[in-house]
Amino acid sequence: MGTLVEIRDVSKVYERGKQKVEVLHHINLDIAQGDFLALMGPSGSGKTTLLNLIGGLDSPSGGSIGVAGQRIDRMGGGDLAKWRASNVGFVFQFYNLMPMLSAQKNVELPLLLTKLNAAQRKRNAAIALKLVGLEDRAAHKPNELSGGQQQRVAIARAIVSDPTLLVCDEPTGDLDRQSAEEILTLLQRLNREHGKTIVMVTHDPKAAEYASHTLHLDKGTLVEQAALA
Amino acid sequence: MKYFHLIWAALFRSKTRTILTLLSVIAAFLLFGMLDAVRTSFDQAGQSANGARRLQTGSKLSFIQTLPQSLDAQIARVPGVKSVAYANWFGGAYQDPHNQVFSFAVSDNYLDQYPEIEVSAEARKAFAETRTGILVGETLAKRFHWKIGDKIPLQSTIFPQRDGSKSWNFDIVGFMHAKDKSAGWYDQLVLMHWKYFDEGTPYNRGTVGWYVTSVSDVNQADRVARAIDALSANSDHETRTQTEQAATANWMKQMADIGLIVGSIMGAVFFTLLLLTGNTMMQAVRERTSELAVLKTIGFSSRAVMALVLAESVLLLVLGGAIGLALASVLIPIVSAGSGGMLNLPSVGAGSWALGLTLMVAIGLLVGAPPAWRAMRLNIVDALAGR
Ligand SMILES: Nc1ncnc2c1ncn2[C@@H]1O[C@H](COP(=O)(O)OP(=O)(O)OP(=O)(O)O)[C@@H](O)[C@H]1O
Ligand SMILES: [Mg+2]
Repeated sequence: MGTLVEIRDVSKVYERGKQKVEVLHHINLDIAQGDFLALMGPSGSGKTTLLNLIGGLDSPSGGSIGVAGQRIDRMGGGDLAKWRASNVGFVFQFYNLMPMLSAQKNVELPLLLTKLNAAQRKRNAAIALKLVGLEDRAAHKPNELSGGQQQRVAIARAIVSDPTLLVCDEPTGDLDRQSAEEILTLLQRLNREHGKTIVMVTHDPKAAEYASHTLHLDKGTLVEQAALA
Repeated sequence: MKYFHLIWAALFRSKTRTILTLLSVIAAFLLFGMLDAVRTSFDQAGQSANGARRLQTGSKLSFIQTLPQSLDAQIARVPGVKSVAYANWFGGAYQDPHNQVFSFAVSDNYLDQYPEIEVSAEARKAFAETRTGILVGETLAKRFHWKIGDKIPLQSTIFPQRDGSKSWNFDIVGFMHAKDKSAGWYDQLVLMHWKYFDEGTPYNRGTVGWYVTSVSDVNQADRVARAIDALSANSDHETRTQTEQAATANWMKQMADIGLIVGSIMGAVFFTLLLLTGNTMMQAVRERTSELAVLKTIGFSSRAVMALVLAESVLLLVLGGAIGLALASVLIPIVSAGSGGMLNLPSVGAGSWALGLTLMVAIGLLVGAPPAWRAMRLNIVDALAGR
């Protein structure tokens, strides 16, 4: 398999008032197409920062990031938004669903940005909900669903426009063990059966076991380790 | 509008707050609808086509000052004059001095000047034949339960009879009905014979309160008015002649500048509304920071997010405003009917709706601009991290 994400000499500097803080130092990383990568590391080590760069939510202060041959570090806000819409799905720790919309409508959200008509949007969202096993909860609002179910809706939303890359920031961080395992199994299936490339930040070594390999960040530097056997 | 459900959902995310805000928008536009009707009714007063071709001639000094009756023949000879009638103020009261009844003593051809006043053929005939006959506006007749054939006394507050009595006896011979809203106040009026009045009191002695002249060509009205005033130039009874329209407008201006009053009230109301809805929208967007960040994450452009917030704010105003104006159009006929004809408010017309909608959209955009700007500038990474 080829390389999907190419990170070259990437650094990220945040300015806090007059003080500049470099939170990522000259990161080099290749993520292969079809990989399921776990990112671990202590709090404040820069995991979210790196993930946001990979997902095109933020731009690096130095270095280059290529995804599927496109230099996303050079894109402006508008182009980056379009690029995200068709290439990346996001899953967050706190699900971040729209509280007023049903599960179905939440999943349809990304499709509003496509040319699909209402019927097609409905159909595709239904397929995504079925894939995460929530077809019978389509009409429920987020507050009528458990945490695990909400996270599955969020995953359906992330995959509904069929992106190649899934970016997950502590997707099980707020879930009990059993729900977490369901979510991780689901991600594993999306990786194995549907070929999604997944980058997942986690604090939990058990969660990392579902990934095909794990990388450690420490104080903004990558500490590569052998894939856990 | 595939985004409508998103905007709607966002608007009612905090139901109680949105409904309270909506109520204040409804109240503001209800008030706007009512006040605009008042303003329109004042604007329309005297604005009929008939009003443009009628001239009113009164004393230049004051409207209490009378004019000589000899002017009648002189005015009739002015080129462009079709016909001229005259009238004087009788100032009657019925039973109780507080029951003021607008009453004029008028020349025989007076009604010919007012084609918009409907009087039946029998009533006209009876009026012509009865020296003590009066024509009564139908609203007024209803108020006092007067019927044709009733004999009624009216007390004149200005003109006692020759024997010193202030009470005059009249016979009701017919009713008047205004076909046209602009002449609606004739429904409240009493007309009596000039002869009965002038000969009955020692104090009038052939003087006239005002002349009403019809011109043959409406475009010549101003020229004819100047010619009429020229008749009395440099005399002891100089006149001032205006079209009925202009006279009504001037009269109203003296009463009150309704436009200014309505404008000031609505200015204050809308200013308050601006602060109120502005605060609601700002709060609503602040609470939704992470949701807006998610929209951006998913790929909504900054401009799209800004447009969503603006649309939400405009929707809030248009929704409340439309309900308010609709309520006003329901209430106005009720208020008009309840006033027993004293108030003759027009229903909320296309003009009021257009002005109202413009205001709703404008206020919506104004109020939505700061939160929309904030939403547009929202940094995804910071918002997601709760910074
Ligand atoms: N927008 C920002 N402005 C200033 N400092 C920032 C910003 N974003 C992140 N940081 C800082 O960069 C460092 C790395 O943050 P990041 O969120 O990537 O850590 P993390 O590894 O995801 O931590 P956690 O496990 O707690 O989520 C932290 O010290 C954080 O305070
Ligand atoms: Mg983090």
